[in-house]
Amino acid sequence: MSAVIEAKNITKIFGDEPETAVRMLEQGASKTDVQAETGQVVGLNRVSLSVEQGEIFVVMGLSGSGKSTLIRHVNRLIEPTAGEMRVNGRDILGLDEMALRQFRRKELAMVFQNFGLLPHRSVLDNVAYGLEIRGDGKDERLEHARHWIERVGLAGYEGSQPNELSGGQQQRVGLARALAMDTDILLMDEAFSALDPLIRSGMQDELKSLQKELNKTILFISHDFDEAVKIGDRIAVLNDGAIVQVDRPEDIVLKPADDYVAAFVRDVNKARVIHISTIMERDLESPCGFDITATASCEDALPLFAAHDALAVTNEDGKRVGRITARRVIAALARHAG
Amino acid sequence: MFPDWFNSRPLRSAVDDALEWVVKYWGGWLEAAAHPLLLLLNSIERFLLAIPWWVLIIFFTAAAFGATRKLALPLVVFLSLIFLGVMELWDDAVKTMALMIAATLTAIVISLPLGIWMARSALVRRIVTPILDLMQTLPSFVYLIPTVMVFGPGKVPALIATIVYAAPPLVRLTDLGIRLVDPNVLEAARAFGADRRQRLFGVQIPLALPTILAGINQTTMMALAMVVIASMIGAGGLGYQVLQGIGRLEVSRGLFAGLGIVALAIIFDRITQAYGKRLQKRIGVSGGAR
Repeated sequence: MSAVIEAKNITKIFGDEPETAVRMLEQGASKTDVQAETGQVVGLNRVSLSVEQGEIFVVMGLSGSGKSTLIRHVNRLIEPTAGEMRVNGRDILGLDEMALRQFRRKELAMVFQNFGLLPHRSVLDNVAYGLEIRGDGKDERLEHARHWIERVGLAGYEGSQPNELSGGQQQRVGLARALAMDTDILLMDEAFSALDPLIRSGMQDELKSLQKELNKTILFISHDFDEAVKIGDRIAVLNDGAIVQVDRPEDIVLKPADDYVAAFVRDVNKARVIHISTIMERDLESPCGFDITATASCEDALPLFAAHDALAVTNEDGKRVGRITARRVIAALARHAG
Repeated sequence: MFPDWFNSRPLRSAVDDALEWVVKYWGGWLEAAAHPLLLLLNSIERFLLAIPWWVLIIFFTAAAFGATRKLALPLVVFLSLIFLGVMELWDDAVKTMALMIAATLTAIVISLPLGIWMARSALVRRIVTPILDLMQTLPSFVYLIPTVMVFGPGKVPALIATIVYAAPPLVRLTDLGIRLVDPNVLEAARAFGADRRQRLFGVQIPLALPTILAGINQTTMMALAMVVIASMIGAGGLGYQVLQGIGRLEVSRGLFAGLGIVALAIIFDRITQAYGKRLQKRIGVSGGAR
């Protein structure tokens, strides 16, 4: 595992006197202090994070927390006031305009909350857009675009205009356009937030299954904690432009760093987040009715308890590593509820 | 009475002298520079007069059908053209059409780059906007007379005056159209590594096209509104018939030539508008769900 995206102390000040604001932040002032004293708006406050190869890293925060500003620093759609940003080991803040364009064309692709499709082009030409910008040949890019249109389940819509499609279908086009670039890094800015709940859930499942195959590095922005928990390998919680906690979903739910995070976690479905491995007994002997994997969630285990009192917990190789009882699951859920 | 703060006579005579100086020393050069305009206008006029009347009627009726896919507009266009022919206004109408088309084409060539430049630079917009305001509000006779002095009476000053009057809406609407392009789409283009040229021709101009078409429509209409005035300095065409009707107190001549101008206006306005609407519909509301 190596860091693909590495942000160090990224600070973004909106205003005409950024230096003063940066100095205040370095001395420990908060976003509110800075704004009250200098009138400068703090977008990001010394954000450092590192996204590993092959993980889905979710940045979670309410509107105004700076999450959309943060993701735009990764491909320099927004320039930081201070800090460092390395992608694939390269300092991207040092790139000149041409190198930056090449970087955007070859190393990462982005999916947008409002889709950002070209309304005057067909679905096929939209998906091929990035390839066209990059300068790929016509036959090659159209064939590639067709492939990805099929992969996201839009076969048959190649000739449609974006405004003839539903929101979910439009975002599939946006996703296909990004995937067609064949980049290792995918930036997704609230990609599913504009969709209906049912469609959103379906798209989340699809992203997860695509990711199993593609193994990309995905930086995903969301304001929805359930979404973050569902798709994220790790989650960073952002508040007032600063990172409050970075952890695995389960750890964030079980050990929130502060009241702000705790408030988010309160309504999360704990049964889905808590893994069996976290609460199992190291009991390898007692008889059990059924097997369950250690990475399964409490939610997966609950229906099994209708027929069995205890389950044997196994690792990926099918070897028994522990035992879980209904009593233990219920106790864990009760402990973390509300 | 307003107090006499200073004597404005030297200022006035300076302006008059300056114009005379320009006419004297630059007149030939300016005339040569405007010669391509005359060539453009004459070739359009000759072309339109050379093709048989029924070809023009079929062309415009077909264009109307192509734009609306309904029968109503083609019928109106057909009847308008028949009216022009029956009233013995055909040649004059074609001359007026040529002036309008030449003015519109020239206005497009000037206005599109200028409008795009305005959309990209706040400074340019601050400078150009008052000039456009001036062009639209200054009574046309005020610049008509100096233009005639420089170029001599004829088609060239008429064409220039028409362009000055008709170009501003196209410049404004090009600027507006480019600036109104959905920033989300533009950002997406940037994120995929599109450079300025790719963004301009691949995103901004195509998405601004319905607005730009509305500007072209405005320009054609304003050019038509100028034909009577333009005919005073030698443009000929329907405007000249109106002028003669007024001069000779022949109400019928003025009336029917005037109605001929209306017929031309209907033909060009409705066809370009219908094309604009089709385009707008195809592009739809940009940006998707919000």
